[in-house]
Amino acid sequence: MPQNYVPIFIFAFVAFLVAAGTLAIFYLIRPKNPFKTKLMPYECGITPFDSARGRYTIRFYIVAILFVVFDVETIFLFPWAVQFKLLGLFGLLEMMIFLGILIVGYIWIWKKGALEWV
Amino acid sequence: MLDAITGYLNSGTTPGEYGSIFWATIYILVITIGISLAVIAMNWLERKILAHMQIRLGPMRVGPHGLLQPFADALKLLIKEDIIPEEADKLVFWSAPVVVTMTAFTTFLVVPFGRTHAVTDMNIGVLFMLGISSLGVLGIIMAGWSSNSHYPLMGSLRSSAQMVSYEIAMGLAIVSAVLMTSLQTGTGTLSMIGIVEAQNAQQTWFIFKFFPLGFIAFGVFAIAMVAETNRAPFDLPEAESELVAGFHTEYSGFRWSLFFLAEYAAMLAVSSIAVTLWLGGWMRPFPNFLSGPAWETAFSFIPALALFVLAGMCLLGTVRMPKIPQMRVQTVGLGIFGTLLGLVGLVLLVPAVRERVQDIFWFVTKVAFFMYLYIWYRGTFPRYRFDQLMKVGWKVLLPIGLAVLIATAMVGLYPELAAAVVGVVQ
Repeated sequence: MPQNYVPIFIFAFVAFLVAAGTLAIFYLIRPKNPFKTKLMPYECGITPFDSARGRYTIRFYIVAILFVVFDVETIFLFPWAVQFKLLGLFGLLEMMIFLGILIVGYIWIWKKGALEWV
Repeated sequence: MLDAITGYLNSGTTPGEYGSIFWATIYILVITIGISLAVIAMNWLERKILAHMQIRLGPMRVGPHGLLQPFADALKLLIKEDIIPEEADKLVFWSAPVVVTMTAFTTFLVVPFGRTHAVTDMNIGVLFMLGISSLGVLGIIMAGWSSNSHYPLMGSLRSSAQMVSYEIAMGLAIVSAVLMTSLQTGTGTLSMIGIVEAQNAQQTWFIFKFFPLGFIAFGVFAIAMVAETNRAPFDLPEAESELVAGFHTEYSGFRWSLFFLAEYAAMLAVSSIAVTLWLGGWMRPFPNFLSGPAWETAFSFIPALALFVLAGMCLLGTVRMPKIPQMRVQTVGLGIFGTLLGLVGLVLLVPAVRERVQDIFWFVTKVAFFMYLYIWYRGTFPRYRFDQLMKVGWKVLLPIGLAVLIATAMVGLYPELAAAVVGVVQ
């Protein structure tokens, strides 16, 4: 039913007001006294000598890719779980085949060392 | 107009289902204020409980037993100077805390505090909560990247890697709970209210269903939800000893406190999912064999009784306060606080209120138990190393989650499965 989804926007708007509204109201009474040293990025007292947006380890990308694969798989399981009893043995068998393929892939990435964090 | 407003009260549904925007807005405002108060209370409780675990007193100066400390802190943060670093991406830096707060609050849309006490009841409730709460990762990445500083960037990368890793185990545990909802009626449900009603219909909390399968799925979820909210012992994104404060190093004043608010709201949200899926949501303990009007009446007095016990403890504290002039203000304050709690308890004795407040009381009590667990973990467990954390997520929780899911499916279809196997053998 569409009316079930209308409150999402109201709630998001209220939460936006809580965050942005309070920030805006107290902007008027906050002290504003910026100077150069205060606005430097925090680096334990050392003057930063390069931009922070450099290169970082490739592991984070691997985690992201694996997440996409496994999360899509989890989402695929939800419709089956809802209709679990109705689909019965046929659904169970189909899902076992799907999960079997997935588990083979999982063992493969484990053996390949994609899950190691070195 | 008036009919539209009063008509809802006797409808026995949630405002969203009834289609009343007015009541939905009222519920939303009440929940928003409630979460903010809960976060303030959690702030005080966390400091106090942690302090007592370490044999310290914790905050004692601002108000009786430091009760007004979180309010003082909130005021300080509100009027503190707000620094935006020079090299930061201003727009992203500004919007990150707002995004985090919005996602953390909006998850409460489908949380069922009672049969009628939810803003709305969607038929994709669980998926909605999972989806919106994982949008919080976006805000964290925005915060870390826009600061243009090394520590926030590392903190946000770690945080997002950790959150996405544990989300898979969390999803698998949820699937095995959703699967249980379909056991009796044939078709299951993803609606939060529907899941609690399925537990009511099957006469058991899902944590005890197919023991120990339900319990293991719950355990996987309970571990994953701590990692998902970046709390100790999985609080690597803000590991003080290595990353200063993680993704919110560059944030100060009220922007920082928005992250704080969002973190606690997210903790409340995942605890609500756990309570709804495994601990019977708003149901009171033993509704099946302690049933009947006598038990109903007896249980309906428990919320008031709980408040009376709290009030009694406050008044006892007032009597035992040292009788010196310096402590007089604190003594009077504690006395007033205890009296207020007692008055609220008296209001809960009114029959009309008593009936309506029961569901909320049991739900909040169960969530409060999880909140206490969070503090307990923080007081007892040492922090993990990052490679250990990823190992637990990918190599321990994921296989256990998958195995529990498959086992639950097999046990759930046991009669058909056994008949089919016998047929094949013959």
